[in-house]
Order: sequence, then structure tokens, then C-alpha cells
Amino acid sequence: MPLNSKIPAGEMAQKWINYKNTCKLVNPANKRSIEVIVIGTGLAGASAAASLGEMGYKVKAFCFQDSARRAHSIAAQGGINAAKNYQNDGDSTFRLFYDTIKGGDYRAREANVYRLAEVSANIIDQCVAQGVPFAREYGGLLSNRSFGGTQVQRTFYAAGQTGQQLLIGAYQALERQIALGNVTMYDRHEMLDIVKIDDKARGIIARDLVSGKLERHFGHAVLLCSGGYGNVFYLSTNAMGSNVTAAWKAHKKGAYFGNPCFTQIHPTCIPVSGDHQSKLTLMSESLRNDGRIWVPKKQNDTRKATDIPEEERDYYLERRYPAFGNLVPRDVASRAAKERCDAGYGVGSSRQAVYLDYAAAIERYGRIECNKQGNHNPQIDLVIKLGKEVVKEKYGNLFDMYEKITGENPYETPMRIYPAVHYTMGGIWVDYELMTTVPGLYALGEANFSDHGANRLGASALMQGLADGYFVIPYTIGNYLADEIRTKAIPTDHPEFVKAEKEVADRIARLMSIKGTESVESLHKRLGKIMWDKCGMARNAQGLREAISEIRALREEFWKNVRIPGSADGMNTELDKANRVADFMELGELMCMDALEREESCGGHFREESQTEDGEAKRNDEAFMYVAAWESKGNNQWEMHKEPLNYEIMHPTQRSYK
Amino acid sequence: MNLTLKVWRQQNAQAQGGFETYQVKDISSEMSFLEMFDVLNEQLINEGKEPITFDHDCREGICGACSMHINGQPHGPWHQTTTCQLHMRAYKDGDTIVVEPWRAKAFPVIKDLMVDRRAFDRIIQAGGYISVDTGNAQDANNLPVDKHKADESFAAAACIGCGACVAACKNSSAMLFLSAKVSHLALLPQGDVERKTRVVNMVEQMDKEGFGSCTNTQACEAECPKGISVQNIRRLNAEYIRSVFSGGE
Repeated sequence: MPLNSKIPAGEMAQKWINYKNTCKLVNPANKRSIEVIVIGTGLAGASAAASLGEMGYKVKAFCFQDSARRAHSIAAQGGINAAKNYQNDGDSTFRLFYDTIKGGDYRAREANVYRLAEVSANIIDQCVAQGVPFAREYGGLLSNRSFGGTQVQRTFYAAGQTGQQLLIGAYQALERQIALGNVTMYDRHEMLDIVKIDDKARGIIARDLVSGKLERHFGHAVLLCSGGYGNVFYLSTNAMGSNVTAAWKAHKKGAYFGNPCFTQIHPTCIPVSGDHQSKLTLMSESLRNDGRIWVPKKQNDTRKATDIPEEERDYYLERRYPAFGNLVPRDVASRAAKERCDAGYGVGSSRQAVYLDYAAAIERYGRIECNKQGNHNPQIDLVIKLGKEVVKEKYGNLFDMYEKITGENPYETPMRIYPAVHYTMGGIWVDYELMTTVPGLYALGEANFSDHGANRLGASALMQGLADGYFVIPYTIGNYLADEIRTKAIPTDHPEFVKAEKEVADRIARLMSIKGTESVESLHKRLGKIMWDKCGMARNAQGLREAISEIRALREEFWKNVRIPGSADGMNTELDKANRVADFMELGELMCMDALEREESCGGHFREESQTEDGEAKRNDEAFMYVAAWESKGNNQWEMHKEPLNYEIMHPTQRSYK
Repeated sequence: MNLTLKVWRQQNAQAQGGFETYQVKDISSEMSFLEMFDVLNEQLINEGKEPITFDHDCREGICGACSMHINGQPHGPWHQTTTCQLHMRAYKDGDTIVVEPWRAKAFPVIKDLMVDRRAFDRIIQAGGYISVDTGNAQDANNLPVDKHKADESFAAAACIGCGACVAACKNSSAMLFLSAKVSHLALLPQGDVERKTRVVNMVEQMDKEGFGSCTNTQACEAECPKGISVQNIRRLNAEYIRSVFSGGE
């Protein structure tokens, strides 16, 4: 099937306007008889479910957590971008578009990104109207901060808990629709298959995680808002429950998977402390605003950070990238940290960490506060004291979190950080309308592949999730559903529902019958190690080939030897995990295949064979300026389709932050 | 370190539960409390037993899923810390740790340490929002908000909905949770329009769910992992009285 991205004709700045003016509409009476299923209640899912409910559709929302409010968007820390230009620093829709395309290393679709930049300002308006308590200045207006990969201040934030506040806003809008009866909420439910009838998505099979019962749900359309798949690496900043299952089931039922190998390794996370580690914790990129990153100039330097004098410190980001300094994009910062640690300059007991130092920022802020008090010749103790108070107001919750996890006080000694898996730019392939290759099946937010190319800029994930849910899908879904008004709700005893439920039941029965000797967790850890070692921050052809055969062997072992205690009739968290890990075992292979196929470096995908003399990522636009859209052929066989990327406005150049 | 754990086990909502005793060995002080539970669960699986069911997700102290009552304290001994952020540095070799689920009529046990907290969602459904549909918003900076009020509103909105306040309260009152939401919205000009009906409807729903009354012991604030202040309860009471005596519905 040829890929049709359905990008509207016309000037870039007019495409979305024209689309909205000409797309089909569904009248209010018809909306009441149209059912829409939404999988996931993070920023994309909650905003979509609430908005569609408000519009009059009958919505069913599903999440595996005990409440919609717990989706992992809640953990996003730093902020959300919007082209408001409130700081009068030259920002515009075009600049946000430009930064996002460049930040994505020219592997994103222009028209989608332009639309994202266009609606970004509406998101802030909407959230403020809902009562999201963003940070404000003394004049009562909204405050902004800087983030990586940009030279303007366009990031809106609520301390280090921006995701929480935005999600609570969307959650409250969703709860309001639930109260009004427009949305039915299914919490502690996991989607385990898509039901297709006459090639269109018409429903799902879900498991009630409390009773263990399988349920059939009909929908005229299904929206996947199920997040990313970073947990394929076992250790990541994702929540323990974050998984690929909904997306993967959709993929196996015909939805192409776009750029699966594009993974974001975030530069500032708390380093691994031992084999017991179950997840990694992010320290917001906003910390790079004020913190300075360094390692000792001497290899294997075991002195305490505070004992290393200024002249013996290597502020390697400021040295290598003077124009952007500590605010280079994430992929660049991560690789630079890896380079220093691999070369023997790492710090901490594992030597796999670099310092993020706040001493200079504390002093700078302290002096500003002293000046405000008219004290122009202050004692250093006072400077430090006041500086710490300012830093506490800006980043207090992050500093507290660091101290709880490591037992070290980051106000006194530099934080140790190291890159960790954080986000997946790849995901289900969608067209301009966010529809997958299965009619009636949509993917929103991190679950789709569309807007971030090969690397996502900080504070852009929240923007995309809410853009898709609040401002894109309410228009684009109507264009499809307008032709579905004559489709009556299909009874769930339809043979396709019966068949899909049986397949799910059979798979669960098979998993339960293995009764092997190794736990799901242990097998998942082994998968994660293969992925991190061979499909992580740096990749090469030989490693990827090895990874593919190792994953195949591990998958076989999983299906022979996994141990799931208990039964499937009721709450069984080991079975839930096994269902998810079984899908990761397939996804991992596809990620490695995609990484092997893409013999260039771009964004977060660094192929060691393709680098410049000074070790920067080297793209190959001649050969690889496309989206790799993988079609599942069953039995872990795939066929790759290419969607060429045509740049009308941007002129792809080798990305430079020097 | 080696530890003795006494953990509440309960097969389902109907079954009768009870404590089981387990030994765990070689626990590192670097582990989080839940990672220690991972070790125990791995051990149980290897022994062919059913692992302990508990709620957890983000493990960064923000999703509000984790909910263990540890040695008589919701989320354990550390101040303003969720169970997932509690680390084993808090314990020493030979300690015995008793772990129970939240105990409250409105939070029935689902299995082991996992409880049903949907009553909180229903309280929000009763009015914990601003009625604004998508697409109706004016420019965000058209509405300046006093910074102090915005900051206070944020401090209340930082509630993670974990339910520790209910678990800590001898009456199983949900007043801290409810008051945090009422405060978050009442402190902002956007929330002013629905201010009177919101507080009354939410209080009514809280009572319906079977939460107890507030007797001002302030155990809720003491155990809240996000430090939500009991000042919010004061504000809630003021809002409620204002609503009732000004002829609000």
C-alpha cells in the first residue's frame, strides 16, 4: 500500500487553516450516536477524550492505572513550549517550527510541525482557562524559561511539575465529561487487541485487570494515546507500567510503525546505582538553564568534586559548543557525556557520570538578590544563602528528589548525572490527520511518530500531546466520521469480535501454561541490556546484527521458560507484565532492524560508521531522507515502506550548535 | 542488611486478609523501598508463590499510585516522601517492617496492598474543575493573576491524590484532598464563577463516599508526601460557609 500523508496543498502557513475550513463536519445529532474509543489518559488521551466528549461524541476512555490522573505525562517536569513571544525575544510560529525541525535533525514532516507550532499558543490559553497554575511574574503575567536547542525563552512551566499540572487540567476536563455522561471511564483496563471489521478499526478487546475478564468494546473509531515504548530498554525514565502493547497490537493488525529506532536518551538522569535498579529518574533539562556540566580534566580523578579547583575542570559542553553551551539539544549533550566517560573522565563510583554543578548559579542569583536589597558589597555567606533560596524556588522539588534518591545534598555538592532512555520519537505512522494506515484508527501524542523527527527538543512532548488531543483530532476525526453516520453500532457478538477475543484468550492461556523457571522481570532485564548495549546511544552494524539474533533467542526462551504464578481469573500483575514484555520482545527486534537499515547518523540515532571528524552525527540526506514505515507481515517478518520527506521551506544543513 | 517483613495479604475484596512474615537478605541501603519489594517478589516467584500485589507506577513520587502503610505511617518514616521515594537508608540490619494497605471504608482493598481509590475521582467529578470547553480561551496574559495567589494555588494543586491523608486520619476524612482542590480553583480568578456550587457539591460527594469528618488532628498534613497544608482546610471551611450563607445552591 503506498503511503499517503494527506498533506493539504497550499502555502505552509495556510495548510491547516485551509484544512479546517474545508474538512467535513458531523452535525450534533449524529455525534450523539457515534462512539469513539480512547486508549490512554495521558495528555493526548485525556485532552482528546474530554474534547470529543464536549463536542457530543460518545466516548469510552481506557487506562491501565487506577485513575486517569496517573498516566505518565504526570511525571514531565520542565515545561511546555509555545510561540507566544511574551518575552519579546523574537519568537514566532515560524521560529518554533524552525527549531523543532532542526532539533529533529530534518527527519520530521514539515506540515505537521508547522501545525504544531501554530496551535502551540492556543494550548497555553486553554490550560490557563482551565486553571493550570503556571509560574508567574510579580506583574501577574506568565513566566518563561529557556530550554535546550533554542535561543528564545518560550517555555511555560509550573515549578518542576509542569506535566502534573497540565495533566490535572486535562484530567479535570475529562472528569467533568464523565460526570456529564459523555465519557465512560474504564480504569484498570488494558487494551489487548484491535478489532477490525471490513478493514476498518471498529473496536477493541480489553482485559479488566481486577476481575481478569476480557471485554469487547465497539467504537466507530479508536484513538491510541498510549505513550511511548522506552521501557523496551527495561531501565528508562518511563513509569513501570508504560508499555507498547496497545500500539503493538495495532501494528500487528495493519498499522505501520514509523522510525522505531528513534529513541531519545536524555542527558540529565540520576545514574544507575546497582543491579537492583528498577527505573531511572530524570533531572529536568531545565536544570541545564542554570547548572554547568563538567568533568575533571584529569582521567580517573577520584577527588571529591568540591576539592577539584576551577582550572582543573573541563566544562566540555561550553568548550565544544560555545554558541549553545549547556543548552545544546539532548542528543548532543548525551553523546558528549558518553564520550567523556568512555574516555575515562567519568565521575562517581561507577565512573559513568558527569557533574551538574549549581555553585556558580547559586552565587549569581545570590548577588542579584543582594543587589535588590541595596547591598552591593555583601558577605559571601549571605550571597550563598540568598542564592540557595532562589534556586530552591525554581528547582526545589528536583533537588529534593535528588537528595532522597542519592543521599547527597545538591545545594552543597554537584549532582551526578548520566544519560538514560527517556522518550521515543518513533511510533505508529500517521498521516496529517493523525490516522494510521488502518482506517478509523488514530495515534496521538508519543504513541505516534510524527513531529519530533530523530530527536525531540525539551518541552515539546507536552506541547505535542495537548496539540493532538485538544486542537488537531477534534477537526480531523470529523473528516472520517462524517462518512460513518450511517454505520450503526456493531453488536459485539460479531464474528470479528469473537475471533479477536479468542486470540487474546488463547495467548493468555499459553502464557499461563508455560510455568517455566524465570520471572518476567528477569527476562525483561536481559532484553533491556541487549537493547542498551547494542541499540542505545551508539549503534553499529555488527552490534545490531548480534542484537537481532540475541533478541530472537531470548524471545524463544521467554515463550518456553517464563514463570507466571497465580491464575488469569483475577488481578495478576505478573500476567500484566508478561503480556507487555512479550510485545517488547518483538518490538526490540524491529528497532534493531530499523537502526541497521538506517546507515546514517541523525538525531538520537548515532551510527558509529557515520560521523564527522570531530565525532558529530553525520546525516546522509541523499539516501535516508525518509520515514521508515514498517509493515508487519506476521511471524516477526516486516516490510519497510518509505515516505520521502520533502522540505519546502527548510533547507536541511548539517546541524551545528557550535 | 537483612530484614523481616510482615505484609498484609488478601486474595480479593471479599476474602479475609492477614499478615504473612517474610525474610529478605542482602538489601542494599541504595535501594528504594519498592525495589526491596521487587527483591521480595522475585524471591516469592522463584519459590513458586504469588508475589505481593501493590500499586506503583512512576516511582518518582508524582503519580500518586504507591500507597503503603509502613510501620503505622502512610508512606513510611521520611517526611514529605512517597513510598517509592523512601530509600532503604531509613532502615538498619535486623529491622522488622510491617506493611499494610490504606485502611479506610471508602478505599476497599482490591488485593494485598492495592486499594480502590476511585472515590477521589468521583469527588473531582462533583465539581473539581472549571467548566470551560476546548477552544474558548482568551489570550492567557489577558488575565493577570497575583503571583502570591498563583503560587498558593499551585501549592494546593501539587496534591498527587495518593490518599495518604485519608489513611493517616483516625476518621478517614478526605478533607485535605478535597480542600486542596477547592483551594487550587478558588484562589484563581478563572475558578471564581463556579466557586459557590463547587464547594458544596464536592463536600456532598465526599460525605456520600463514606469518608469521615475532620476533627482537626492535622495528621493529614503531617503525613502528606507533598506537604499540602491544613490551611487549605481552613479555606475550604470558609468557602463552604460563604457559599451556604450567601444563598449558594
